[in-house]
Amino acid sequence: MDRFAASVSFLPGTGRGTGKAGGGALPLQNAMRGAIPLHHPARASCRHTELFASADEASGAALALALARDAMDDPADHRPWLWVQDRAAIRLSGRPYRPGLPTGLRHRLIHVAAPRAEDALFALEEGLRCRDLAFVIGEVAGNPAALDFTASRRLSLAAERHGVPLWMVRLSARHDLGSARMRWDVAAAPSPSPRWNRDAPGDPRWRADLFRAHVFQPGQWIVGDDGERHSLAVFATDHGGVVSDAGDRSLAAGSGQA
Amino acid sequence: MAAWCPTLAIDRWRLGQDRPDPSAPLILIGETAHGPRITAVSPPARAAGARRGMLLADARALAPGLVVHPADPAGDHAFLETLALWVQRWGPWSALDAPDGLIVDVTGVAHLFGGEDALMVDARACFAARGLQVRLAIAPTAGAAWALAHHGPDRSALAEGGDPLDALRDLPVAALRLDDAVLLLLDRLGLKRIGDLAAIGRSALARRFRDRRAPAANPLVRLDQFAGRVPEPILPVIAAPVPTVLRRLIEPLRHRDLLDRVVADLALALARRLEAHGQGARRLDLTLWKVDGGVLRRALELAAPTRDAAHITRLFAHKLDDCDAGFGIEVVRLSAPWAEPLMLSQTDLEASAQQHGTSLAACIDRLTARLGAAAVAMPVPRASHLPERAQGWVTPDPTRAMQEELAFHARPLKLLDRAEPIAVIYEAPDGLPRLFRWRGAVHEIARAEGPERIAPEWWREKGGARLRDYYRIEDSSGRRYWIYRRGLPGDGRGGVPEWFLQGLCG
Repeated sequence: MDRFAASVSFLPGTGRGTGKAGGGALPLQNAMRGAIPLHHPARASCRHTELFASADEASGAALALALARDAMDDPADHRPWLWVQDRAAIRLSGRPYRPGLPTGLRHRLIHVAAPRAEDALFALEEGLRCRDLAFVIGEVAGNPAALDFTASRRLSLAAERHGVPLWMVRLSARHDLGSARMRWDVAAAPSPSPRWNRDAPGDPRWRADLFRAHVFQPGQWIVGDDGERHSLAVFATDHGGVVSDAGDRSLAAGSGQA
Repeated sequence: MAAWCPTLAIDRWRLGQDRPDPSAPLILIGETAHGPRITAVSPPARAAGARRGMLLADARALAPGLVVHPADPAGDHAFLETLALWVQRWGPWSALDAPDGLIVDVTGVAHLFGGEDALMVDARACFAARGLQVRLAIAPTAGAAWALAHHGPDRSALAEGGDPLDALRDLPVAALRLDDAVLLLLDRLGLKRIGDLAAIGRSALARRFRDRRAPAANPLVRLDQFAGRVPEPILPVIAAPVPTVLRRLIEPLRHRDLLDRVVADLALALARRLEAHGQGARRLDLTLWKVDGGVLRRALELAAPTRDAAHITRLFAHKLDDCDAGFGIEVVRLSAPWAEPLMLSQTDLEASAQQHGTSLAACIDRLTARLGAAAVAMPVPRASHLPERAQGWVTPDPTRAMQEELAFHARPLKLLDRAEPIAVIYEAPDGLPRLFRWRGAVHEIARAEGPERIAPEWWREKGGARLRDYYRIEDSSGRRYWIYRRGLPGDGRGGVPEWFLQGLCG
């Protein structure tokens, strides 16, 4: 199926998504990919992604999970996945809670509580070298000295060598040097109203700012889970302008021109 | 049984000749620092005056007609080794008695040959058939047998029950297998016979030779070994079969590719056989028998012991290029006459992990080894509706069977280890707050869903435990949390209800 052909209509950039979840939303991969074909070798090289988020919200981990699910090529992949947290991250933002995890992933989680950032890095590298893991999520709070550029590069190389994607969530951290192929800034965005209870919080939305990328054009989007396609979707560009009709053009290209 | 071949070197040299002349005065010489010296003498040469140990020049002066040939001590030793295996036809094991003797254990064997005398007649006949002169003797101990073979009458047997010291008292002390220096000493002391030595008290002998540890230097030890009073371990010779594999082919091979296939099969079989022995081949012989009787041989030597079948096949592939199969090859044999120990080696775990990644079990092992067993865990549902009790952590096991789990309405992605108290501003004490302050920041509640009332587990907790009203809220900037109020105003279980933030929604 040609996902490029999906027609896209965009709301004015109010930062608020549409209530009709995913009705005309563009899958995030398409939006980001721009002119890069689906099976371009550059895609495979993006195994290390960093997401900077506040420790006071779970947006970073949630978007990492959503991206990881989105990037999984094989829907029948039932390998376990690893979630590594250091002690500060656990203290600040809590542990993963199984009833709140996505249904297909909750029974496959292996959680590592590392006492220090060094141990978390060790656990991440071991996880990346394991062929039986679907992906690895790391959560490290702040800018520990151990997580310098060298450590980041080590993780990148391990991820690329063994093909295990790494989604690194940095809680309340500065944008320090890192070798991740994609670096995001994530914050929560107001959610759309659910259909049956308009006062309740709806499906999660995140304000995602791709500020550094290896093969993609940087850009800002409001992304969220697309209920219909079960994939991550872009609901609005976040630059505040009005895009009347993106058509088949990619969002990244569109935001570049705006 | 002791077997002594007095003229082993001469006999062996003669066996190597096409038409040896037994009457020739043959001597074998070895090179020494002072010139060639005689190492073996044939009976005609002995009659002519040559003696073992004599310089060749002196012997030539005595007997100008000597036939001189170089000796081959290493070859003699190798020959003796094969001979030691050969004499195992008379006993289960045998040992070398260098340079020219053998010891065979014939305990309980003699009756198979019709008695000890018959056994020795048989052995003598077999040795003679091989062209070897031999002196044989059977005695209860190896020392006594050696003494009889070298210094007693030929083919003499000492009865099982008799005391060798008593029976062989008249043999010279040289029959005790002593060093020349000790023999010289005993000679100077006037002790010529074994009986003379045995007549002296043990304590005197022990004192005289107290600093001699080697058996060959201590007559007391040799006497005890002779009489069987102390054990004398003997190192047996054990045959090491050459690893050989052979293929007899139904149809003679005439084509090269089929031969390559057969060689590959043989290399695989040989590698398996070498592996069973923990050996690797250093030299390989490939022998091809042709239908017309011709034999082709290809040999190769390897720099290091190996049992890599593919490597061996590749090496032979170059050697077989010039093979002329003629009417066809019917038998192919591959053997490794020279093999060296090559331990089974473990595959390099670290390298293979670098290459192919580790397994999940290995990964978990490495994590638990460094971080502790409690640090690596897997969440499992537990039968409780209290949020913090609804999940437990167990040792990771992805194949673990899961029971039916409670289906909750909506739960946060992450749960704080301890719910953090928040300060709230509310319009009604039993309603939803409008603002709350958490970690120093004020959050304005924009949307909320609730309450979801979760009662305490009365079967676990005390009666004073308060219920919880949970709200799923979203603040004005879109952050989603899970907060609860503990207790109800006026429920009589404490003061004003407190508010806590327990979970962070995605």
